[in-house]
Amino acid sequence: MTDFLVPSEEAIVEAPSPRKGGGVLRYVLTKIGGALVSVALVVVFGFLLFRVMPGDPVTTMTRGVPLSGAQLDQRRHEMGLDKPLPAQFVDYLVNLLHGDFGQSYAYNAPVGHIIAERIGPTVLLVGLAAILAAALGLWLGVKSAWHRGGPFDRASVGTALVFWSFPAWWLGLILMMIFGGWFPSGGMQSVDSPTALIPHALDVAHHLVLPLVTLVLVIYGQYQLVMRSSLLEEMHSDYLTTARAKGLRDDLVRRRHAVPNALLPTITLVFMHLGLVVSGAITVEAVFSWPGLGQLTAEALKVKDLPLLQGIFIVLVLAVVTMNLIADVLLRVFDPRVRAS
Amino acid sequence: MTSPVWARRRAAAGNVWREFRSNRGGLIGLAILLLFILGAVFAPLLVPEAALDVTKATGGRLQAPSGDFVLGTDESGRSLLALVLWGSRGSLVVGLSATLLSVVIGTTVGILAAHFGRWVSAVLMRLTDFFLILPSLVLAIALGVVLNGGLGTIVLAIGLVSWPTGARLVRAQTLSVEARPYIERSRALGGGHTHVIFKHVLPSVLPLVFVNMTLAVGTAIVAESTLTFLGLGNPNDVTWGTVLHAGQAAGAVTFGAWWYILPPGAAIALVVLSFTMVGRALETVLNPKLKERR
Repeated sequence: MTDFLVPSEEAIVEAPSPRKGGGVLRYVLTKIGGALVSVALVVVFGFLLFRVMPGDPVTTMTRGVPLSGAQLDQRRHEMGLDKPLPAQFVDYLVNLLHGDFGQSYAYNAPVGHIIAERIGPTVLLVGLAAILAAALGLWLGVKSAWHRGGPFDRASVGTALVFWSFPAWWLGLILMMIFGGWFPSGGMQSVDSPTALIPHALDVAHHLVLPLVTLVLVIYGQYQLVMRSSLLEEMHSDYLTTARAKGLRDDLVRRRHAVPNALLPTITLVFMHLGLVVSGAITVEAVFSWPGLGQLTAEALKVKDLPLLQGIFIVLVLAVVTMNLIADVLLRVFDPRVRAS
Repeated sequence: MTSPVWARRRAAAGNVWREFRSNRGGLIGLAILLLFILGAVFAPLLVPEAALDVTKATGGRLQAPSGDFVLGTDESGRSLLALVLWGSRGSLVVGLSATLLSVVIGTTVGILAAHFGRWVSAVLMRLTDFFLILPSLVLAIALGVVLNGGLGTIVLAIGLVSWPTGARLVRAQTLSVEARPYIERSRALGGGHTHVIFKHVLPSVLPLVFVNMTLAVGTAIVAESTLTFLGLGNPNDVTWGTVLHAGQAAGAVTFGAWWYILPPGAAIALVVLSFTMVGRALETVLNPKLKERR
């Protein structure tokens, strides 16, 4: 997670890397091509990871359950693990293309179905947390860069670093212990949740508060530091001196000139770090038993449900790759500097 | 060791230390780290290993802090102070070894990509970018489950997912070093790949690698605690993560046993923060670009 501290400058310089002299279409196609390569890598990786790595999946999954050699063989046969590896890979690909992630061992249901049921809550939690954390982080970043070295800068950067040092789930445990009386400590709705739309939404919101606050507190710091260093890069630019020389108020120089320039590279980084938000969400969901993909991961982990873990792995990585692709294309649309280069 | 090269290196190290000393945050971080490291090294002298044995536990179940047990006891009556102290050994060792693994991979990939350029660079950087955007925890969980072992697995899982940032950083630095005339001179004099890489590129990349490593240890420690908290690895190993895992499993949160949850997590946060402070201080010293800015 420290990655945002060091290479931010380098990443800012390198993040937009369109080919020279191509139209928008060509740029978008290049990016889509890159994303497709990533997807292919994920698919191959998912296979290698769960089938080829040392250790027999069947014995991993049945750890602690005494099974005879014949039973193990039968299970291997059911899972198609007795075929040669290339044949297994073809099976795997064909199944994936049909949207079939295999059968969950613990839930005895198709992995695809289980995952689909859990996506909604995760999107709600991760999406809200990312938006709130980005807004908070960018705002604080601008303020602390503009008054760099001052008391606000030092205090807010210090606070951000402290929160960022906490493991997300630990902060969740602590908040749960402190505020457990005021907020429900688990689940997404009460057992007797009202069925009408608005009271139901309020009930969910009530359950959402603690996990959301935990996640936002842990991730906003990186956005603040990235925004801060990005704005500091711009601070000595000539165009800011010009703007001041024109007699613009300090506030306007910041809002109209400095921030827009610093914002775009930051947004790329915000998207690039989505993987981190997902990682945080996994543990926070597990702590607050928020019924999303994170909690599902934790549950699958407990019972070593390899097909389910493989499915979650592929879905989460695909989501992150897609978000990055969208970010790349959006940046191209919004940032004239990238368009021109 | 009195050659001019060594004298120069000693002088350079002296300069770094002098500048580092002027950074208050870095010094405080370093002091806290030393304290933790001393505690970890001398844990067996401070608290005998028998204190970790459930069958020899003397305290009651989930006892609040008192004179006998400064940090209270866990569900089987063991002193939490002993657990946290011994946990520092596991957590620090895992954090440091995982970082070392990640730095070795990252530096190798970065230097190779920058030095050989062309398709080597294209392939390696494509791979790096791919790993960079992967949700690293998800990947580490997958690796941890599949490899299925003790702390060694955790080290491997963290090391294998956290190298990409280092690789990009080292690649950028290598590119800028290799563009300088003295590398060209070395090549003209007949220096081969190994000579250029080990004699010229590596020494000038190492300070940056070191900074990156300091910053990465904190991440690795958080990752370790997260993976063991989720139940990966061997629950009988004592690290801060396994202590917290046991705490949550024993219902410390609902019981209100704050002494079970607070100290191990605070230790993690403190160590991570210290590594970050030291890393940032080193960064300001070793990275001339940042010097004028702050």
